[in-house]
Amino acid sequence: MKKRHSTKTNYPLQALSIIFFLFLGILVLLPAVYTLCNSFMSPSEIRQYYAAAINQREQGGAAFHLIPDAFSLEGYYMVFLRRTNYLMKFWYSLFLCIAISAGQIFVSALGGFAFAKYPLPFKKGIFFLLMVLMMMPIQVTLVPNYIILDGLNLLDSWLALILPMAFLPFGTVFMAQIFKGIPDEILDAAKLDGAGTFQILFQIIAPITKGGIISVFLLSFVDAWNMVEQPITFLRDIFRYPLSVFLASVNQVNFELSFVCGVLAALPILLLFFFFHEELAQGIELSGVK
Amino acid sequence: MKGRHHLLERRKKLTGIWLAAPSLFGTFLFFLLPFAICIRYSFTFGVGGSYFVGFLNYKDVFSSYAFQLAAVNTLRFLGIGVTLNIVLSFFTALVIKKGLAGSRMFRYILLLPLVLPIASVVMVVQVFFADAGILNQWLISIGVPIAQWLEGPNAFYVLLGLYLWKSFGYSVILLLSGLNVIPEEFYQTAAIEGAGSVQKLVSITLPMMAPHLFLAAVMGIVNAFKSYREAFLLGGKHPHDSIYMIQHFLNNNFENLNYQKLSVAAIMLFLVLLFVLCGLYLLQNRYKEQ
Repeated sequence: MKKRHSTKTNYPLQALSIIFFLFLGILVLLPAVYTLCNSFMSPSEIRQYYAAAINQREQGGAAFHLIPDAFSLEGYYMVFLRRTNYLMKFWYSLFLCIAISAGQIFVSALGGFAFAKYPLPFKKGIFFLLMVLMMMPIQVTLVPNYIILDGLNLLDSWLALILPMAFLPFGTVFMAQIFKGIPDEILDAAKLDGAGTFQILFQIIAPITKGGIISVFLLSFVDAWNMVEQPITFLRDIFRYPLSVFLASVNQVNFELSFVCGVLAALPILLLFFFFHEELAQGIELSGVK
Repeated sequence: MKGRHHLLERRKKLTGIWLAAPSLFGTFLFFLLPFAICIRYSFTFGVGGSYFVGFLNYKDVFSSYAFQLAAVNTLRFLGIGVTLNIVLSFFTALVIKKGLAGSRMFRYILLLPLVLPIASVVMVVQVFFADAGILNQWLISIGVPIAQWLEGPNAFYVLLGLYLWKSFGYSVILLLSGLNVIPEEFYQTAAIEGAGSVQKLVSITLPMMAPHLFLAAVMGIVNAFKSYREAFLLGGKHPHDSIYMIQHFLNNNFENLNYQKLSVAAIMLFLVLLFVLCGLYLLQNRYKEQ
């Protein structure tokens, strides 16, 4: 409704912005669509088109090839067949990621609430520190974490993967940003009605900030689903490596299957994104409110 | 009455500490304690860290070519990448704000690369940018000289493009939410007073959006460090000099069991990020007060 202020529609400008969005949309979607389409080619077809691009000893060049010459599920078949434990790894990874994201939500909902709405000693300073820690790349904490996990006797267990990631400072910072947007009056009113802290958090705040909570879940799930460094560092037993490590290694060994592995790697995340894209956008929006 | 008030305040403080406890505990155990270990390591020599050597490790690291290269590259990547990301997404947010049919759907499309695992698209990047890849084949067919995209200095720009592709959507949505909070009346008043569109941008839009721009910069840095995964998948442990990042330095020293050098680099990174965050924070506050 607000947009109707400008009485005249500027048609050339409108056309220009449509072209701009179309271009941007294609640019954004192309890699994903390309991967999906190419995953339905047989390994021999992939070799035929891309061998020159991947292997420098081959002659010729790669060609843009979106639609398969012959629709084939051979790639999928080979991934499933070659690794009979594929499905086991899939469920194991799913379990890890859900545990990490759930932990992250628990920690960050409570922590974020405290930082947004309660007086804490050195609150500003600690929050600032959390932000700096959030910005640090994962590689920095890998070794020190190894020492800590060794001290706690947790190396080589799945807790070694779950704990450090569940406590990542990102969630707390993100949720604090979102909770800051909630008017104090709502909380005060609930308190006057005799609601306890957890009652307020679960029955009043959680429904309003659903977008934020789901965003934290989704973003930390993605991070966990993609982890490669942590398992390699913290686990000696390669049978405990999650799917992400396996998929990343296939990419380098046989390139014929890497489109298929790409699709398989993206599948659970695409599913989550399909259901929760609106909440994700909403969560990011809410985190910006002051 | 006053005593009761005092009691309530104290109880509130206590509740806050309880709520923040898991987050603070985890941060202490997995981030601060490790960091303290890092600081101790940085001043010692030997595997157990038994000899105190003062600033010798610092001198060593600063004079090493690998560290200098990594530091310069990382700063260059962050500086150019984050700035470009914010400028481009600000521009796009302005275009979306002007109103366009279907732009709501478009926002979701923009978010897709953020959640898509990089392992899913790295094959596409390779097929497109390899020496005998699709891009070079196109360049040949239109008679433009070809280039090395992944193994030459151009690798930096490919990585930059991938970073923008991934993190662009997040900042667009964040900045768009900032634009939407600004009351329309501000612009109307400014228009009555005869302000031009540039003046409106500088004196209304930018100050009102200072917190959003601050957050977009912080998240931009967070995502920029995650680009290491892309750099690693494209170039391995020793990529072309132009994309040799601080994380390569950290990882390679980890593999050589050189924890001292790693610790020095980690501390430097922490200090730089602290400095950057302080700078951004002050900038935001100055803008807001105007």
